[in-house]
Amino acid sequence: MAFKNKADQVAYWKANLRLMLILLSVWFSVSFVGGILLADTLNQFRLFGFKLGFWLAQQGSIYVFVLLVFVYVTAMNRLDKKFQVQED
Amino acid sequence: MDIQSWTFVIVGLSFALYIGIAIWARASTTSDFYVASGGVHPIANGMATAADWMSAASFISMAGLISFMGYDGGVYLMGWTGGYVLLALCLAPYLRKFGKFTVPDFIGDRYYSQTARTVAVFCAIFVSFTYVAGQMRGVGVVFSRFLEVEIIWGVIIGMGVVFFYAVLGGMKGITYTQVAQYCVLIFAYMVPAIFISIMMTGHLLPQIGFGAELIQEPGVYLLDKLDGLSEALGFSAYTDGSKSTIDIFFITAALMVGTAGLPHVIVRFFTVPKVRDARKSAGWALLFIAILYTTAPAVAGFARVNMIETINGADGLGTPYVEAPSWIANWEQTGLISWSDHNGDGRMFYAADERNEMVVDRDIMVLANPEIANLPAWVIALVAAGGVAAALSTSAGLLLVISTSVSHDLLKRNLMPQITERQELFYARLAAGVSVCIAGYLGVHPPGFVAQVVAFAFGLAASSFFPAIILGIFYKKMNKEGAIAGMVSGITFTAAYIIYFKFIDPAANTSEHWLLGISPEGIGTLGMLLNFVVALLVNRLTGNAPEEIQDMVESIRYPRGAGDAINH
Repeated sequence: MAFKNKADQVAYWKANLRLMLILLSVWFSVSFVGGILLADTLNQFRLFGFKLGFWLAQQGSIYVFVLLVFVYVTAMNRLDKKFQVQED
Repeated sequence: MDIQSWTFVIVGLSFALYIGIAIWARASTTSDFYVASGGVHPIANGMATAADWMSAASFISMAGLISFMGYDGGVYLMGWTGGYVLLALCLAPYLRKFGKFTVPDFIGDRYYSQTARTVAVFCAIFVSFTYVAGQMRGVGVVFSRFLEVEIIWGVIIGMGVVFFYAVLGGMKGITYTQVAQYCVLIFAYMVPAIFISIMMTGHLLPQIGFGAELIQEPGVYLLDKLDGLSEALGFSAYTDGSKSTIDIFFITAALMVGTAGLPHVIVRFFTVPKVRDARKSAGWALLFIAILYTTAPAVAGFARVNMIETINGADGLGTPYVEAPSWIANWEQTGLISWSDHNGDGRMFYAADERNEMVVDRDIMVLANPEIANLPAWVIALVAAGGVAAALSTSAGLLLVISTSVSHDLLKRNLMPQITERQELFYARLAAGVSVCIAGYLGVHPPGFVAQVVAFAFGLAASSFFPAIILGIFYKKMNKEGAIAGMVSGITFTAAYIIYFKFIDPAANTSEHWLLGISPEGIGTLGMLLNFVVALLVNRLTGNAPEEIQDMVESIRYPRGAGDAINH
């Protein structure tokens, strides 16, 4: 086993799942909640020439998605190092 | 030079480039052929994944679809990008650590079952063929419009090029060719978009221009203008759309989950050296895809305004047909635009109600856009080359999935385990060759249902692979009985629903007949949920997965010790 002990392995997996769930809840909120379920309500607000709900559905969500993946990459690399399970 | 000569030159140069790369990167081992020996840099892999993913549909059809659907078009934008978040967070790193070649490989080994492997092979081949036929068709359409050759010759040329580099180079050839194809296609997409954005709004970035004021009418935002035009012509407001919220929700989810379950996308993450790189390359892929996907809705908006103003005239009274710009006549020849003068006033008019005199195919919006905006001939030729690049890169990726499914999953791992690596490589090339021919045939003689089965591809991937892979990684006790029962029930439910509404009783394909108001396009989401529920229930009844499988699952959950993707 790559981990020092069983407790480490459990802790690593927990931290991983936590990070994943936090990021996925952002993923869900911008697209499904902001861009779809609440789109009509958010359309009352404006972002320059965009209605906010429309902007989230056609632009905003995509920007957030890209950001989420890079946040995940950085955070996971840090987590791997902390538990010394990184490659090489 | 005219458009046709420019197209010959630019498309010809791009073909020469692809073939040159293929010769340079030809494969010598099965590992080269299947996963480029796992030695591709994450940024290169990100570009290749983006080109693999963005098909003729993304390049040619998507902006047109959005242009006609308005807000509803967001399902494609969110659906086809959001899936990468799922891929990056829930699948890619673990599948890379697992270190095999294909999705059926994972399913077969994780669920210690040849039945599961065979079910997965069948799904992978079906999904890929569905897709590839559409790509070949896309090549044919571009060739017939811009080079004025018969569609059949367009398809044959396209087949020849793909055959050459996919069969020779395998994954290695394909990956480096796709990097070049990404550059061609993104350049071809951005140049006209930027030109048009500057002309209409004065902003360099289409993403900004989309929400800006129009130069010709200061103080009026583009989107407000579009809402006004749409409503005046009897369409629903551009920023509102007409689908129900629940349907939008389910379609978006099905496309996202389907994306994350598509075998030709997943296999890309086996081609990088490390788990760390698999995560990173999902990020790069999404960034490269996002460049096109955030531009597409802007192109859609610009094209919509331009098209309406060209046809109906700036005064909204209709443009006399004799004064129509040349692109209308050009596209009329292909049958994708037609005009019938109902009220006999000699003027064209486009609307949603009885005033309408035009039929405009949504597929032409991207290809005709540079002509509509009066851009120079070389830009139009560039768009043609981009469309071909998008179609070829996706076809090649899909053909590779088909050939590995046959040679590796079906023959080597199942029917003929004793074959040598040389023989396996031979079968892989043979399978690729045969599938190119079948795909070409389907491209020339498209069965009437090509467009219909696109919903299939995503629905099936969402309702079959995705839950099996997720449970395989995150629920180590999941056993083969549960996984197989889940996949079979998910697929059967989804396929039955789609077949019923698309083929058996298409007349009933309206929202009042749909289950919970979910259209066949979105039903994959429900199929996926069903798959999860059945899998968990059956698992509860049949006992947990064996100890050694659970240990294996533990071991894919951390990066250290990821070998090359060659041990099998």
